[in-house]
Amino acid sequence: MTDNLRPDLALIARTVRQGARVLDVGCGDGALMAAMRDHSGVDARGLEIDGSNVAAAVGRGLSVVQGDADTDLAYYPDASFDYAILSQTLQTTRRPDLVVEELLRIGRQAFVSFPNFAHWRGRLSLMWGGRMPVTRLLPDTWYDTLNIHHVTVDDFRALVKDRGWVIDGQWFLKGDRETTHANANLFAEHAVFLLRK
Amino acid sequence: MASVSISEDSRFGLRRQARLAGPLSLSSGAQLGPVDIAYETYGAMNADKSNVILICHALTGDQYVASDHPVTGKPGWWWRMVGEGKPVDPARHFIVCSNVIGSCMGSSGPASIDPVTGEPHAMRFPVLTIADMVRAQAALLDHLGVDRLAAVIGGSMGGMQALTWPTLFPDRVESCIVIASTARHSAQNIAFHEVGRQAIMADPDWRGGDYYADGKVPSAGLAVARMAAHITYLSEAGLTEKFGRRLQGRDAKTFGFDADFQVESYLRHQGLSFVERFDANSYLYITRAMDYYDIAEDHGGSLARAFTASRARFCLVSFDTDWLYPTAESRVIVHALNASGAQASFVELSSPFGHDAFLLESPELNRVVDGFLRGGRA
Repeated sequence: MTDNLRPDLALIARTVRQGARVLDVGCGDGALMAAMRDHSGVDARGLEIDGSNVAAAVGRGLSVVQGDADTDLAYYPDASFDYAILSQTLQTTRRPDLVVEELLRIGRQAFVSFPNFAHWRGRLSLMWGGRMPVTRLLPDTWYDTLNIHHVTVDDFRALVKDRGWVIDGQWFLKGDRETTHANANLFAEHAVFLLRK
Repeated sequence: MASVSISEDSRFGLRRQARLAGPLSLSSGAQLGPVDIAYETYGAMNADKSNVILICHALTGDQYVASDHPVTGKPGWWWRMVGEGKPVDPARHFIVCSNVIGSCMGSSGPASIDPVTGEPHAMRFPVLTIADMVRAQAALLDHLGVDRLAAVIGGSMGGMQALTWPTLFPDRVESCIVIASTARHSAQNIAFHEVGRQAIMADPDWRGGDYYADGKVPSAGLAVARMAAHITYLSEAGLTEKFGRRLQGRDAKTFGFDADFQVESYLRHQGLSFVERFDANSYLYITRAMDYYDIAEDHGGSLARAFTASRARFCLVSFDTDWLYPTAESRVIVHALNASGAQASFVELSSPFGHDAFLLESPELNRVVDGFLRGGRA
């Protein structure tokens, strides 16, 4: 069912409960929403900032609203979804901490996935090259990247601890495969956390 | 009921008119009856009547959504959206489009004859609201044997009707598409309409609205009203691109008050051609109905509350250069729908053409509407 999904999305799609109510924040063209709807009977809603992505998602029959995660989550009622999902969007928001707070207010649980800036390739690039890393997962240069809050696995864990959120699940990806929790901050290219308040 | 094929049923087809016994109870408290509704239908109702789509027209629109206009000879006003191979397709949908009450294309309005006096109603016609237009449409659907709408769709004032539908008849609407529209008329919207109404009423031929007998209609006032309104349908960038400061059929300014500029000539043409097809009193009544429109006001000030009884899916579309009903107005609706837990989609499309964009070529709009309509059939 999830063969052609990005690995972090495939993982989320496999994990959500059948028939759950899901809000996908930064849903892009709705690939994850469509997969969850078609295979897990999920009632999925999306929020996406880019108009052509929204048009594409609505064009495939999905309920997607054009809006900004930094400002528009306030209009969703408390606990109105089983899950709120923020995939590869955290690092593009103005206030990632407040956005996660909103996710945990709107959803009973929240999936948050992000590229790990402390992956060894990035570290090498910075240490030996002295340049901001440009890698497979972080393909843009420092001046045109949408990622305005680079974050590492350990940074995120520290934020979770600081805010008293609870980690219900965590997954780490290298390429399209899951990798060990040990030294995830060094070896994971990508992290997926399942949180609750 | 005996099975009657659609083609034999005189209720269905082009250029239909129904007289509904009524009376219709209006928002003002007045009663209107009998009520004439002019309408068209396209396509055929399926066995379980689950393919009915109601199209709602804008201020100066009419029921000729997808067939040639009898006065102007132009193709239907939304032929880009409604027709064979289009998102709303008579091959798949049973499509209804009716002239709003208060208008002048065959539905009851100020120009129609008051059966009591045998004279045109003129300004004795009751003041209407958008909700009244919707109630009349519901009565027409009763007449057509339609219980539920698979979708109600409209742009501009048509969007106001579409959005009003699930608030008045939550059990009759499965999905709702609102394009380039709003949940309430703003002060600026009302202000522009007032300019138009004053232009009509300042025309000495208006005569308190009783101008039908001698055929001397307030065409100058109505033309000015149309010219002012037409500017609000366009964008500055669109006007600049289309006309700039170019002169009309001359090499130099005349130092007079002729239509020196192309944009003046264009607006005058818009005004003059409009009076050929529209009744000045209808213009007064319909603009008034739009000004009175505020869905939240009718629900204790809460727009979200207006939709709590509805299970409908909603799709809202705005255009980035539309300053008449700007994107912010659509966002207000979206936020209310989110708060009420409704299934809502919203997208702002890009177009240089301002408010008019919803009537023009827009593959993105067609894609969104088509996908949204098909999405309901999952």
